Amino acid sequence: MMWVEEIETLPRSGLESIQLRRLQALVHRVYAQVRPYRAKMDAAGVKPDDIRSLADLRKLPYTTKDDLRDNYPFGLFATPMEDVIRVHASSGTTGKSTVVGYTQPDIELWAQVMARCLTMAGVTKGDMVHNAYGYGLFTGGLGAHYGIEALGATVIPVSGGNSRRQVTIMRDFGSTVLLSTPSYALNLADAMADAGVTSGELKLRVGIHGAEPWSENMREEVERKLGIRAVDIYGLSEIIGPGVAMECIHSDRGMHILEDNFLPEVVDPETLEPLPYGEVGELVFTTLTKEAFPLVRYRTKDISRLFLEPCACGRTLIRMEKVTGRTDDMLIIRGVNVFPSQVEHVLMGIDGVEPHYQIEVTRDGNLDVMSVLVEVSENIFSDEIKVLEKLTRRIQVEIKDMLGVTCKVKLVEPRSIQRSEGKAQRVTDRRKL
Amino acid sequence: MRVEQIAVFLENKSGRLAEITRILAENEINIRALSVADTADFGILRLIVDKVDLAKESLRAGGFTVGKTNVVAVEVPDRSGGLASVLKVVNEAGLNVEYMYAFVNKSGADAVLIFRFDEMDQAITVLQENGFVLLSGQQICSL
Repeated sequence: MMWVEEIETLPRSGLESIQLRRLQALVHRVYAQVRPYRAKMDAAGVKPDDIRSLADLRKLPYTTKDDLRDNYPFGLFATPMEDVIRVHASSGTTGKSTVVGYTQPDIELWAQVMARCLTMAGVTKGDMVHNAYGYGLFTGGLGAHYGIEALGATVIPVSGGNSRRQVTIMRDFGSTVLLSTPSYALNLADAMADAGVTSGELKLRVGIHGAEPWSENMREEVERKLGIRAVDIYGLSEIIGPGVAMECIHSDRGMHILEDNFLPEVVDPETLEPLPYGEVGELVFTTLTKEAFPLVRYRTKDISRLFLEPCACGRTLIRMEKVTGRTDDMLIIRGVNVFPSQVEHVLMGIDGVEPHYQIEVTRDGNLDVMSVLVEVSENIFSDEIKVLEKLTRRIQVEIKDMLGVTCKVKLVEPRSIQRSEGKAQRVTDRRKL
Repeated sequence: MRVEQIAVFLENKSGRLAEITRILAENEINIRALSVADTADFGILRLIVDKVDLAKESLRAGGFTVGKTNVVAVEVPDRSGGLASVLKVVNEAGLNVEYMYAFVNKSGADAVLIFRFDEMDQAITVLQENGFVLLSGQQICSL
C-alpha cells in the first residue's frame, strides 16, 4: 500500500525533474525573502539562476545550527508571521532553542508526509493509533497526530507518561499501532508485565519508533515483548519533524526518504565535500516544499549513508541507513536533545560553581538517566548538609527548566573530574543500546 | 567564645576518611572531636583539631575541599539531664540547632557538647546568661 503511489514509484528521472523544479523555486524564494540566505549566497558568489541542475546544489552554502541560533527566533522565516499558524521548538546548543514555523500549507504537507510514512508501516484507515509521542513544543506528538488524522485512522492522543494507564487504554480501546520512542515502548512492556497484561490480550500489530537511537537488539526486544513488528522513523524539527524518512515493512536497509520534499545529501563532515551513495557521512537536507521555514543544505550532524537500490515494496525513493551517530556532542536523553554546552550554561549561571563538570548517561531498565557531576569548590562548600542539598536541587531545577530533562546532580571532590588538554571530555555514555 | 571547626567534603567513595586521617597523622595533628554527616550521595566531616590552620592547609593540599566555621562548645556535667538542660534553654530562646555532636573529656566528669546554631552570637549570649560554661578552642585541646 502506498499513500501517493504515483510519486513514490516515479522513475528516478521523473523524480529528479520534480526535485530540480522545486529546488530552483526554493532558492529564488529564500534569496528574495530571507536576508541571511541572500547574504550567504552573495558571499559565496552564487545567484538563484546558477542552479540549473541538481548537481548545482553543491554551489549553495550550508546552513547550520549556528545560523539558526544567530537568527533566533524567527529570522530565517520566509513568510510573514501572519501566515505562520504554528511554531515548535527544540533545544539549541547554548540555551536558545531552535524555533521552527509552519504555514497552513506546511501543516497540510506535514500531515501528508506523515500519512505516507504511516502507510509504509502498513497503517490504514481502520487502525486505532496509540500516539505516545510527547505533545507540545516537541514536534513528535502533534506531527504524528495530524498525519494519523489525514490518513483517516483513529488517533488516541495519549502523549507520554503514566504508563499503567496507557496499558489500560491500549487493552480497552484495542490499539493496533503504537507510536513512541523505542525506550518508551520497552517501558510500556514493563508496565504491561506489572499489570499482568500479556501481549496476547492486546491488538497491537505494529510499532513506529524514532526520536532516539536504537539498535537491532532493541528492535528485537520491542518486537518480542509487545508481539509486534517494530519499524524505524526519522525526522528532525528543523526539517519538519517526524515524517522525513520511514522504514517500510519490506525494507532490508533503512528508511525511505520522502525526497520529493526533502532532498538528501551525505557529506564528509571534515571537508564538507558531498560523498557518493553508500558512503558514510553527515546527512544534509534541503526542504523543497516548506514555506515558513525552508532550509537549504541544512547540516543535521546525524551520521548515516544513502542507498539507491530499489526496495521490495516498489518505491523508488532513496533510502537512508539508521542513524549511527553524531558529528557533535549532542546526546539524546529520553527523546530530548541535550547539548553539554546547555548544562555548562546552567552551571555557569550559579555563583561559585566552577566549570568543571561531567555528564554521565546510564540506562536504568529502559530509561535513560543523566547524572551531572559537579566539583565542590570552597566557594560553594558548607559545613551544613542542607546548604549543599539546596544547591544540588537548584542545579537540578535549572537544568530541568532549560532542557526539560530531570537529571541527578552528584557533588564530587575538587580535581576529581579529569582535566584534559584541549577539548574536555564532558560526556560518559554508558548506555548499551 | 567560639571554637574553630574544620569541615571537609567527602565524596561517596571508599577510602576518603582513611586518606583524611592519614594526612592529619602525617602532620601530627590531633583530633579532639569529630562527626560525619552523610546523605545518599555525599558526606561532610566535621573536626575539632589542635592545629586548625595546619589541618586546613594540609587537607587542601591533599585535594580536599575544606571549610572553617565557628561552633560553640558547652561543658556540662556528664550525668543524666546534662544535654537536656542546655537544649531547654536553647529551645526557650527560640534558637535553631543546625547540628551538634558531643564527646566526654578524659577525666570522665564532664561532657563537651559542640553546637552549630543559626544565630551564633545570640546563642552564646543566652548560654552565658544561663550560667553554662563555654570552652575555647585552646581549652578543648588541653582537656
